[in-house]
Amino acid sequence: MSGLTPPVSARDHAQGPATAPVTLVEYGDYQCPSCGAAHPMVKAVQRHFGQRLRFVFRNFPLTQVHQYAEHAAEAAEATDATGKFWEMHDMLFEHQTALTDHDLARYAKQVGVVPDVIAAALAAGTYQSRVREDFLSGVRSGVNGTPTFFINGKTHRGGYDERDLTAAISDQLSAIS
Amino acid sequence: MPPKKPTRRAGKALKSSKTSKSKTSKSKTSKSTTSRRSRPASAARVASPAASSAGVRVASAPTEVLAAGTKAPAFALRSAPDKTVSLSELAGHPVILAFYPADWSPTCGDQLALYNEVLPEFQKFNAALIGISVDGVWCHAAYAKARNFHFPLLADFEPKGEVAKAYGAYAQSAGMSGRALFVLDAKGIIRWSYLSPMGVNPGADGILSALEALSGAAPDSRPAADPAGAGVTRSVASGGRGAERSAQ
Repeated sequence: MSGLTPPVSARDHAQGPATAPVTLVEYGDYQCPSCGAAHPMVKAVQRHFGQRLRFVFRNFPLTQVHQYAEHAAEAAEATDATGKFWEMHDMLFEHQTALTDHDLARYAKQVGVVPDVIAAALAAGTYQSRVREDFLSGVRSGVNGTPTFFINGKTHRGGYDERDLTAAISDQLSAIS
Repeated sequence: MPPKKPTRRAGKALKSSKTSKSKTSKSKTSKSTTSRRSRPASAARVASPAASSAGVRVASAPTEVLAAGTKAPAFALRSAPDKTVSLSELAGHPVILAFYPADWSPTCGDQLALYNEVLPEFQKFNAALIGISVDGVWCHAAYAKARNFHFPLLADFEPKGEVAKAYGAYAQSAGMSGRALFVLDAKGIIRWSYLSPMGVNPGADGILSALEALSGAAPDSRPAADPAGAGVTRSVASGGRGAERSAQ
């Protein structure tokens, strides 16, 4: 229990070098307010550690309580083909309260993806299996709510504010060196 | 509704050593029920040393739930004002019993919301998921509707907590069930149990590991469940919930 399964691989969305000594993985839901609150914290931590940190995001939408979360996750996945995943990811967390399909198409356009591509992917459910894979990997890894973070494969037990995350990552860095 | 902070999952393993050796010891199962620090073979009952040293404080909280290998106590509880679910009618396939303290409390919400999402995976093992708390049927009905749950919530309401008590899962001082999980096999034998601290969402990985151990294989390729009980009862859980499962 409490270990990241499967480990980070090429299938993941990652920011930062693969050779970074620390990898922070977040399981998140675009409609989850706590994930929205964690978003700027993660950004701050990324700025703080620079090239020493790789950040990975995996989907964990609670679709039965967050009605827009599934499509939001699929829309973000759909922008990956054009290399715009992270732009869309940021856009979604920064606009959590407006995540209808219409909004998703609008955000896609703003990040430079043809809105019809998103609409078609949502209609066809192209990325459903990918999102579900992420979700199930989270379940297997012991994720019990969102956001849940893993630091170098281990569940982060503390909070997700900047200080807690920074402290945990620093601990990991000093443990390595 | 998710927790403000990721919750701690440091649960205690509550499987007795007696059970580990008497049961067809599933390595996966025992691994998942044993906390990282405890030694698998000698892991004694958590209750004895911990309860005596902590004294009064612990005495009123459940410290030991029924262990693997035990026959699951029978029950019949209401799932709705006009509907009763009995354990016997669920025989023939695996059953997941999730005792939880209360409807509407945030952690419970997360736990049940998670199980609601994972439900299709449970169903791959042909397992029925049942939530049980001391809340009444009307409360359950409102809660299930608000949260879009696709599995039954049973009211352990009168006599209050009777079923939770039978499973060793009742927290007397709190007047609620503890957060206890049981995975039963097709014959109604408890094959895995776990008691999570009251405020800690235990996640679903332990349940899935237990179901896997039970089936002895990956989902969908498991051998048929006990033929004796399989016929009549299967429709109760899967059919009943299937009808409600329209959203997903």
